[in-house]
Amino acid sequence: MSMTPAVEFQSVARHFGTVRAVDGVDLTVAEGEFFAMLGPSGSGKTTCLRLISGFERPTAGSIRIFGQDVSRVPPHRRNVNTVFQDYALFPHLTVRENVAYGLMVKGVDRRTRMARADEMLALVKLPDYGDRRPGQLSGGQRQRVALARALVNEPRVLLLDEPLGALDLKLREAMQDELKALQRRLGITFVFVTHDQSEALSMADRLAVFNDGRVAQVGTPAEVYNTPRTRFVAGFVGSSNILPPAFSTALGGPAAWVSLRPESVRLVPWDRSVHRGAVRDLRFLGAGTRVQIDMPQGELAALVPAGLPLPAPGDSVGIVLAPNALHPMEGEA
Amino acid sequence: MRSDARPPLALTLAAAAGLLFLHLPIVLIFLYAFTIEERTYQFPPPGYTLQWFAVTWNRPDVWPPLYLSLRVAAVATALALVLGTLAAGAMARTRFFGREQISLLIILPIALPGIITGMSLRSAYAMMEIPFSTLTIVLGHATFCIVIVYNNAVARLRRLSGNLVEASADLGANGFQTFRHVILPNLGSALLAGGMLAFALSFDEVIVTTFTAGQQSTLPIWMLNELVRPRQRPVTNVVAIVVFATTFFPILLAYYLTRGGSETAGSGK
Repeated sequence: MSMTPAVEFQSVARHFGTVRAVDGVDLTVAEGEFFAMLGPSGSGKTTCLRLISGFERPTAGSIRIFGQDVSRVPPHRRNVNTVFQDYALFPHLTVRENVAYGLMVKGVDRRTRMARADEMLALVKLPDYGDRRPGQLSGGQRQRVALARALVNEPRVLLLDEPLGALDLKLREAMQDELKALQRRLGITFVFVTHDQSEALSMADRLAVFNDGRVAQVGTPAEVYNTPRTRFVAGFVGSSNILPPAFSTALGGPAAWVSLRPESVRLVPWDRSVHRGAVRDLRFLGAGTRVQIDMPQGELAALVPAGLPLPAPGDSVGIVLAPNALHPMEGEA
Repeated sequence: MRSDARPPLALTLAAAAGLLFLHLPIVLIFLYAFTIEERTYQFPPPGYTLQWFAVTWNRPDVWPPLYLSLRVAAVATALALVLGTLAAGAMARTRFFGREQISLLIILPIALPGIITGMSLRSAYAMMEIPFSTLTIVLGHATFCIVIVYNNAVARLRRLSGNLVEASADLGANGFQTFRHVILPNLGSALLAGGMLAFALSFDEVIVTTFTAGQQSTLPIWMLNELVRPRQRPVTNVVAIVVFATTFFPILLAYYLTRGGSETAGSGK
């Protein structure tokens, strides 16, 4: 099948003076996909989002939205809407007028647009808040209004800039589920930017990991988590051990930089394994305990699932690796 | 740091004396508008009367300067509102080479002594052979009126989340719609305040006006002339009350409209 991708980046670059914010990015987001752009601050993910919304123009390369080259199309002519990080609700308008804004500037008559706005407010579960001002809402409620306002125009692609960043943990988890459910129901392509790897892994169908203006890896959460392509990805996503070639060969792995998930390391009595170390530290994580072990070649972390016996700091332990646990990576950082 | 300790008595007295020194003469000006004795302004006035208000009303030479001042202030303010807002919009929105320098140049007329502004404008008019008229006075006043509006608008725009403009464009609004529906409503009170302040400043301006007016007199210049060769002296005091009211209440209102913000209500010439 050859569906037109929702968003397509071809060798896109965006330079600010000498700063290469985005430096040769190729990306394809399929229609109906929940796509995450993950990376530390300054990695270029937000600039990529702004390239899609049109607030930045590429220095080089081309951007297509549903096949149309939008490099010269201004933001207000793109069928793409954004949920801004600080929500950017209009303080002088009521919640209903905020949601109806996109329809108003299109010239939709007042009665129709107010009815549509109320529908959208019901969709985001704020049916009775239409007459309030944004200033009277909580952070979570503002977020929903911003969502309703962006969805009222029926965009083909919805962009979300760190949508959950300003919410507290509890609300965040609830909103994650809700966003996901909403996206499935509407079938709209969602592209969201986040620096929170757990958010990206739990919500996205696919994600791109950004580093230094480039895409370090694109894949499903499972692919990125289990087989990180570079040391950077392994370090940024999850909490892998990143071992240099010498350490890897000592453990029977390839002579390359490898990543090793803590959950792939099993602890055994020290005389049952040729790989031994001393327990330095334990950290209780709920579903398991992270055990920090000093090995001759360096430090290693193992995850002991809850319910299994735990060593004490100072104990000598042996380690056994799950099959194929050492995953080789490109050496670049 | 707020200190709970009481200030020394001497400091309190000095401050009180300073305030009295500044404001008592204003009260005296008001007082002498009601005196029955017009020659020597003796204190306290031997008696009080409202007759000077009627006399002022019937003096034909008071009205043309009043009309001129109102007209000049209104036109200069209108001009300043348009140009000041546009300049503020450009400064808030874009970064370009020389931006800080241009910003400084816009603000300069308010920092420049009025006498310099007046002299340079006068020589410019002479060079371009522009005859003195109401227009030349308006232009002179507009130089500093623009600054007032500009400062107020820039401060308000700075407080506006930049994302609001982007959000508007994102939702499909073109530049004009964004200005009409997002920027203007949020800028409204700052512009009103800036406009009133500009009006008040223009209304009582003397120095620049002396250089840019020909034979015409604005109200403050008429007052100055009256002080030099008085005729029915309390009439000047009555006019002073009018000038005071025309400038004081807009400034007061501007102050309340921009309270809590960083706009520059009350700062100026």
